[in-house]
Amino acid sequence: MFKRLHEAAETVTVEFEGERLRVPAGETVAAALLATTDAATRTTPVGGSGRAPYCMMGVCFDCLVEIDGVPNRQACMTVVRDGMRIRRQHGVRGLGDPA
Amino acid sequence: MATALHLKSFDVAVIGGGMVGPAIALGLVRRGLRVGILDEGDDVLRVARGNFGLVWFQGKGSGMPAYVSWTRRSADLWPDFAAELKQNTGVDVGHSRPGGLELLLGEYEFAHRQHYLGQIFQQGGGAPYEVEMIDRKEVEALLPGVGLGPDVVGGSFSPIDGHANPLYLLRAMHAEFQRLGGVYLPNHRVASIAARGDGYALATGNGAVYADKVVLAAGHGVRELGPAVGLDVPIRPQRGHILVTERTAPILPLPMSAFRQTAEGTVMLGVSAEEAGYDDRVQTGTLHDIAARARRVIPALANLRIVRSWAALRVLTPDKCPVYAESETHPGVFAIASHSGVTLAAVNARLTTDWIMDGVEPPEFAAFGLGRFNVQATA
Repeated sequence: MFKRLHEAAETVTVEFEGERLRVPAGETVAAALLATTDAATRTTPVGGSGRAPYCMMGVCFDCLVEIDGVPNRQACMTVVRDGMRIRRQHGVRGLGDPA
Repeated sequence: MATALHLKSFDVAVIGGGMVGPAIALGLVRRGLRVGILDEGDDVLRVARGNFGLVWFQGKGSGMPAYVSWTRRSADLWPDFAAELKQNTGVDVGHSRPGGLELLLGEYEFAHRQHYLGQIFQQGGGAPYEVEMIDRKEVEALLPGVGLGPDVVGGSFSPIDGHANPLYLLRAMHAEFQRLGGVYLPNHRVASIAARGDGYALATGNGAVYADKVVLAAGHGVRELGPAVGLDVPIRPQRGHILVTERTAPILPLPMSAFRQTAEGTVMLGVSAEEAGYDDRVQTGTLHDIAARARRVIPALANLRIVRSWAALRVLTPDKCPVYAESETHPGVFAIASHSGVTLAAVNARLTTDWIMDGVEPPEFAAFGLGRFNVQATA
């Protein structure tokens, strides 16, 4: 698990899989998850294998999660917001899911 | 002793490392010949990195029955070609042949398509043409649960159509070529081709290369290289755009001419044609038009985010049909050009070798020469 180098001056509260987390305001969802869990944050659509945030710059799409009910959001491109609800992305989204 | 000269002497030098060159080279190297592929660097147009990935039959060959036949032969060879690549290289090029659809918006498009395909059937003089016009209900039966937009009146369907992953295809062909002893030479841009003894000497950016026979399969590069060896191939660039969505559950069981869903779940959206010279920059307006049509055809696609887009330049002849030609002034030098590098990969790998090595022409090739473009020039 990643450790933060600095204490945050301001924090917000988000939910990950129903668990409340206090995380530094202004950081990305991917950073918050890396500091929270070692476990996979999504499973791949075809092979079903586990993935976690990787490139942290919007390219690899390995950090996909569900945010506030919307599937396939890039966690590394999304800044945490107070009250945000984050869930693991299991496999593919459906075509009818919210965008 | 093996010298650099020896290493760069081949029975056949194939100029071009995209979709056409490696397919041709595969057939040659399989026959036990010494074959080199001369390629440029990563800083050139690289059309073969921009393909949509259709292995497509319907609608091709208007005005040229030979191209209909050649395309059908390739589509028929594809399953075996893909299986062999997978077995020999471990690369699954993702080929499937579930049939293909072109979906049509409004009665005008339907009538236009019907007329166009009818002409292709008629020019065949009674030969079977496995494409049929189907109505909206029949389209819905082929795409259960997809949900068509209200303007979709029907489409054209062919059981011959299929698709594959063009990047895996490129990788697999290169891997198989090298596995069979073929020599791949990147950064060997060919500056000139000169007769030398019974063969040819090619001046490249990386020293001279010698070959008994030379195949020009360099896409747009053929335009520049050909005239000096009697092969004036009038190809032009035509820009096409592709959009790629995020991955989604499998929803499209078969490819359409404008959309296909990959094995990994992304939906690719395409079909645009622009005359823009060698400018392969993405135009936002064109992306918008493609996306707007996609949502008219299948409204739920609007829910998907676009994650990538690009433009690439088709290698287009004036009649959109391929060129397979041997030079009259430089025997043993051939030009092959087509915008259907993916579709024709199987037939290029299997049925062009005897033509290049023994002069045995497939029956279709009488129509694929350069004479058809040069009526005025030769008068």
